[in-house]
Amino acid sequence: MKIHEYQAKEILREYGVPTPRGFSAFSVMDAVENAQRLGGDTWVVKAQIHAGGRGKAGGVKVARSGGELEKFAGEMLGMHLVTPQTGEEGRIVKRLLIEEGAQIEAEYYAGLVVDRGSQRVVLIASREGGTEIEEVARDTPEKIHKVTIDPGKGLLRQDAGDVARKIGIPESAVDAAGEFFMALYRVFVEKDAMLLEVNPMILDRGGRLLALDAKINFDDNALYRHPEILALRDLDEEDPAEIEASRFGLSYISLDGNIGCLVNGAGLAMATMDIVKLYGASPANFLDVGGGASVEKVTEAFKLMLANPKVEVILVNIFGGIMKCDVIAQGIVAAARQVALNVPLVVRLEGTHVELGKKILAESGLPIISANTMMDAAKKAVDAAKGH
Amino acid sequence: MSILVDKNTKVMTQGMTGKTGMFHTLQCKNYANGVNCFVAGVTPGKGGQNFEGIPVFDTVREAKHSTGAAVSVIYVPPPFAAAAILEAVEAELDLVICITEGIPVHDMINVRYRMEGKRTLLIGPNCPGIITPDEIKIGIMPGHIHKKGRIGVVSRSGTLTYEAVGQLMEVGLGQSSCVGIGGDPVSGLKHIDVMKRFNEDPETDAVIMVGEIGGNDEEICAKWIRDNMQKPVVGFVAGLTAPKDKRMGHAGAIISGGEGGAEEKLAVMEECGIRVTRNPSEIGRLLKSVL
Repeated sequence: MKIHEYQAKEILREYGVPTPRGFSAFSVMDAVENAQRLGGDTWVVKAQIHAGGRGKAGGVKVARSGGELEKFAGEMLGMHLVTPQTGEEGRIVKRLLIEEGAQIEAEYYAGLVVDRGSQRVVLIASREGGTEIEEVARDTPEKIHKVTIDPGKGLLRQDAGDVARKIGIPESAVDAAGEFFMALYRVFVEKDAMLLEVNPMILDRGGRLLALDAKINFDDNALYRHPEILALRDLDEEDPAEIEASRFGLSYISLDGNIGCLVNGAGLAMATMDIVKLYGASPANFLDVGGGASVEKVTEAFKLMLANPKVEVILVNIFGGIMKCDVIAQGIVAAARQVALNVPLVVRLEGTHVELGKKILAESGLPIISANTMMDAAKKAVDAAKGH
Repeated sequence: MSILVDKNTKVMTQGMTGKTGMFHTLQCKNYANGVNCFVAGVTPGKGGQNFEGIPVFDTVREAKHSTGAAVSVIYVPPPFAAAAILEAVEAELDLVICITEGIPVHDMINVRYRMEGKRTLLIGPNCPGIITPDEIKIGIMPGHIHKKGRIGVVSRSGTLTYEAVGQLMEVGLGQSSCVGIGGDPVSGLKHIDVMKRFNEDPETDAVIMVGEIGGNDEEICAKWIRDNMQKPVVGFVAGLTAPKDKRMGHAGAIISGGEGGAEEKLAVMEECGIRVTRNPSEIGRLLKSVL
């Protein structure tokens, strides 16, 4: 689960990580009031969307007067912000963060990730703040410094200080940087984060370290023990189809193609998308109905796919294990009747009770195109899409 | 022979008295030599009861001492699964197979840390389990699609493993053992750990390796294969069409930070001498062609 920058900064402040002072705003009036609360004569207006790359896209502006602040806030609220991370449709800005301006002396990068190689949390820091860390890692890997953290001991003061020195933080700020990194690690572990980035972390002209931006992604599997994080969820930032799918325990992701795919199991679902592509078409979605698909779940899955106007064919690929093919077949028949199926339906069943499943489909009278293998199913789906 | 488990393995089920645990324990007990293999269940507070003739114990330690079971399979719900794994590790079992899906990743980091230096091996979590056909099935895979043979299968995904097995059967090939290692980013045995065992198993002639986007376990295994493997390996990696930064169902199946793409994995596997296919319908035929 993702949250907004202003929410991430509130969490960081709770753990003692210094950030610029700032308040969220949902309207121009909010923005003006926030600026007055902050005082001073320079404010930063930051669009709050769940995607990075906002600065270059016009989603971060420095206002040097009340008039400018009002103007920028007015322009930004409601705008379609398109960044390299949003896709071409962009995101509509509904929230802003109004912050006091910072006097930047130097910029750094600090991040925490779950590292699969070591099976531990790794602190990553770099003197190249403000840019894409992936680019830095690729082009100048010597500028990236890492500490693999012992889960029993946590991030040690010594290690945190060493990293601070390596990325060029001046000696006078090394202790503060160590505290900063250690606090980030506490946030990461205690809040069940999967990714935490402060980019940039800055040294201001007064010698203070500040989190100028903040991003935290949380482990969905741990949200049951973090109601305070779940409360920060912003449904406006999520795909409505994916939200609907999650209500029914379906794992669904919208894609750009024209072949709707309904599959059991994540690996087989990805493989089905791949074979569709191999035969010259594109999947409209990733959809894993899971191991315990019921008639209701299959029906909801059909509704989701059919709600997508790009879908020209539906391809069902089921390898029945514990889930029996006859149950799936009944689900398909019930769903097809309930949702007024108006596109060709290609079904490939394999595994437990496959003959019974095929019989149910054949006797249903529905115009189902039956396939025996994944390859056969993909070819038939692609052909049907061409003829549609 | 086979790897990790065979018809003489004694297994306990942790979380046996839950709905999932009961259902699958019964399925496993009814498969091949299961009736002699599934000897105990563990559910705290339900010691002394029995399920289908299988005695239930309060703790893993008691189950081990009373029945000799040295392997456990876990169906405990996610919030309690990490503690269940650690209980099995503390009781010094040989192998723990955790089927549970949805364990928080920080719980698994802690589990892996506390397993260091201990004798117990872990398969999973979020996996279908392991089967040595016609001998023993530990997990949720359909037993009847398998038959005994000489091909090893190791995979991060469940139904895609069944698909690969189904294709093997179509070309007339049985399996020595099939191991589902699971789709989570922090977990037990990786591809390389299972591959080493297949290499040493005299009854495995060739191996199918099924990967997924995310991480670099496939690359690590591929490099080991290049330098050490004595048997042919064929591979497939799911997720060629998966977009970046979108998690595809499994917690581990995500391309992030420029790492973990299917094309990159396939390229490394090919360089290391593994015969790969980009067509998931061709896995079985490809394997047959390298024998």
